[in-house]
Amino acid sequence: MFQLLMPAGLVALSERALILHALLLMMIVVVPLFILAIVIAWRYRASNTKAAYTPDWEHSPMEELIWWVIPLEIILVLGALTWTSTHQLDPYKPLDSQVKPLPVEVIALNWKWLFIYPTLGVATVNELDIPVNTPVTFAITSDAPMNSFFIPRLGGQIYAMTGMSTETHLEATETGTFMGMSANYSGDGFAGMQFKTNALSQSDFNAWLVEAKHSPLILTQSSYTMLASPSQNAPVTIYGNVAKGLYNSIINKFMTSASTTPSNNDDMAGMSM
Amino acid sequence: MNLFGRLTLTALEHGFVESIGAGVVVLGAVCTLALLLYFKKFGWLWREYITSLDAKKIGIMYLVLAAAMGLRGFIDALMMRGEQATAVGGPGFLPPDHFAQIFTAHGVIMIFFVAMPFMFGLLNLMVPLQIGARDVAFPFINSLSYWLTVMGAMLVNLSLVAGSFAATGWLAYPPLSELQYSPGVGVDYYIWALQIAGIGSLLGGINFLVTIIKMRAPGMKLMRMPIFVWTALGSMSLVVFAFPVLTVTLALLTLDRTIGTHFFTTDLGGNVMMYVNLIWAWGHPEVYILILPAFGIFSELVPVFSQKRLFGYTSMVIATLLIVFLSFMVWVHHFFTMGAGADVNAFFGIMTMVISIPTGVKIFNWLFTMFRGRIVFKTPMLWFMGFLFSFTIGGVTGVLMSIPGADFMLHNSLFLVAHFHNMIIGGVVFGFFAGVSYWFPKIFGFMLNEKLGKLVFWLWIVGFATAFLPLYALGIMGMTRRLDYVDPASGWHALLIVAGIGACIIGLAILAQIYQFYVSIRDRKLHPAGDDPWNGRTLEWAVSSPPPEYNFATIPHISERDPLWYNPDLKKIVHEKSAPIEMPEHTAMGFCIAIAAFLLGFGMIWQMWWLALLGLVAAVLLVIVYSFIDHAHA
Repeated sequence: MFQLLMPAGLVALSERALILHALLLMMIVVVPLFILAIVIAWRYRASNTKAAYTPDWEHSPMEELIWWVIPLEIILVLGALTWTSTHQLDPYKPLDSQVKPLPVEVIALNWKWLFIYPTLGVATVNELDIPVNTPVTFAITSDAPMNSFFIPRLGGQIYAMTGMSTETHLEATETGTFMGMSANYSGDGFAGMQFKTNALSQSDFNAWLVEAKHSPLILTQSSYTMLASPSQNAPVTIYGNVAKGLYNSIINKFMTSASTTPSNNDDMAGMSM
Repeated sequence: MNLFGRLTLTALEHGFVESIGAGVVVLGAVCTLALLLYFKKFGWLWREYITSLDAKKIGIMYLVLAAAMGLRGFIDALMMRGEQATAVGGPGFLPPDHFAQIFTAHGVIMIFFVAMPFMFGLLNLMVPLQIGARDVAFPFINSLSYWLTVMGAMLVNLSLVAGSFAATGWLAYPPLSELQYSPGVGVDYYIWALQIAGIGSLLGGINFLVTIIKMRAPGMKLMRMPIFVWTALGSMSLVVFAFPVLTVTLALLTLDRTIGTHFFTTDLGGNVMMYVNLIWAWGHPEVYILILPAFGIFSELVPVFSQKRLFGYTSMVIATLLIVFLSFMVWVHHFFTMGAGADVNAFFGIMTMVISIPTGVKIFNWLFTMFRGRIVFKTPMLWFMGFLFSFTIGGVTGVLMSIPGADFMLHNSLFLVAHFHNMIIGGVVFGFFAGVSYWFPKIFGFMLNEKLGKLVFWLWIVGFATAFLPLYALGIMGMTRRLDYVDPASGWHALLIVAGIGACIIGLAILAQIYQFYVSIRDRKLHPAGDDPWNGRTLEWAVSSPPPEYNFATIPHISERDPLWYNPDLKKIVHEKSAPIEMPEHTAMGFCIAIAAFLLGFGMIWQMWWLALLGLVAAVLLVIVYSFIDHAHA
């Protein structure tokens, strides 16, 4: 239910702790403020003529200093927390682990997710299978409008942008099926851009891999072009073999004039007026 | 070349729900015209309002525009809530493209055509009165600003009838908003509506900046200005710096879409993140443009209803200026997830938190204005209490999201949606509602019904909490924004229904508000306001209600803050005529230039180049012609 409060990954765990710590810190100011507001509003209501009334009292250096300084101190603490946590949780930073990371290339398409496992030679659509307790290094791009790659129970999101590659590192600490999604609106089929993330035990993952390699489907440049054409709620698909360098070629095609719609010729796209 | 460009009869074909929307727009326009003709009020409207250069009349027209567009934006909100509350497992009663147009239009309308006109309306009504001026510095530009804003709003409404609106989200991020993914007229409607209204806002910003700097009554030094004027000064400086960024960004997107440049395309060196940076370099200050005047309104009414001087005036001024300065240094917090380095993200995160310091100081100063006061809980003061709680909650969730590590989880979720509605409704709108209930007697000369006003307030509070608190929970549950349907397994559905009920309660609040206006107007003879119904402290309460066109027969000399509280004689002085008064002549030129701008926009949208050129030439010619007319009358 409350996915952000139920981390199943290292990064999500730290991010939950960060959210809760920051909230607690802010409560130091907010709770007294709310109590003060209610007390003052009640005590100094016009009908309570017993309360003190100082219509010309407008300035008190001491008190004003106090409420410049209290928020300042909270922000100093929060600021320090922000500086350290931002560096610690930098999505580009590899995770500390003895286990060799598994690289996965993520491509946001209209309107589905393509996952390429470059070292394993397989690829999947709308389903991500990863081994538990193993860092996964995601390289992320888009061959569609901007999307955001997000598996809430494993960790925070990062944009998938055309012609650019972003990076994030996630690690599942328990097995299970977690929801993955796009968090940035990308057009008509956006609501269906969800995928299941299966965090599998190492043996289950190996079994899955063997099965995946048996898939007769091959992801080549031309079958990729077919896949990239817009479609909604695409079924889970597994490719048993993947052409080398596909991810880089998807990024590099935008260095010149490019188009994602296969019906357009490349030389038309730049001036599609 | 086709005379009508891209415009063909197919532009009028719509789906079922869209047709209803188009029907309402057409019917509304026809009914308004018919009523005007039936009651023979067209001449009156033309003479008294459309051609008027009186800042107070223009202010009232701004408020009417904000109210009308607010209803439209609210209907959009109801449709979104309805869709998300009913669509489980597949698209609901709205097709995905139409749903996207609705959430785009909702955002655009609420910011550009509700909040902005609401703010400019209140500024027009009160800034000249509070500084002891007879009008704004450039009355004609004021009229032009207003009519340009109207024409922008009309383009948005027209898109319901002819063609479609952008389906990109309210900031139209490329590449989704580029020709590649949005080849239709929707994004062009978006661009030209904002471009025309944006020029209006920029002119308005310059106008009020000059007004506040140059037109103050003798003796009103800067540190004697009411805080509302200070916040208006801050807000208008932001307009002057921020709106040109919007104009240029939209112009570059227009070039991409019309002549095939590559500023923000995905290929040939275009950089989509440059657009995102630029649009937020305008977009973040825009939030402060709206909230600062709301702060100002509260700084006016809290002392009045606490019957005590404002506590910490100097602190308030410093806090306002700090917010103005800092608001240009935080824009990256809208896209930490772009993947910038940790140093960049941490810097912008910390700068964002720093803004909460001056904002917190303001809240404490208001509380200590109430401390040892005699607080009268009239409707405006209730709005302040509602604001205090709502805005603080929004502040907390905002600071939370300014921590990049937390933002990676909460960005683009319903948590974010709840946060900014906490700020925009609970902050800006509650502030402006407080302003209307506070200044209404001054503007129209009679009191608003107090009982109904309180009912409106409580309906809003309950509706707002029911509609938006569940969104925080949904964000924590992992629900992202802009989904046109949800997965039944997600567990989100129940709370979406609660949020939908909340939207209906807000609907009741709006109906109660309309009823309050009706009852108050009906009973206006029974409840005259008099010059100073609240025992006010600032100059606007010295003049009669409603004020004469020239505001002050004699411009008073100001020798302290809260002049009226310490010098009640001012009430007599401002009514005594001494020298002849010169006021600007009414003119239809602002209206006509705006019509020309509308034609330019419409021509560009549909690629009817001759019409665009005609509109442009007409606008330029009319400006030149007007500059040769002598335009003052005694």
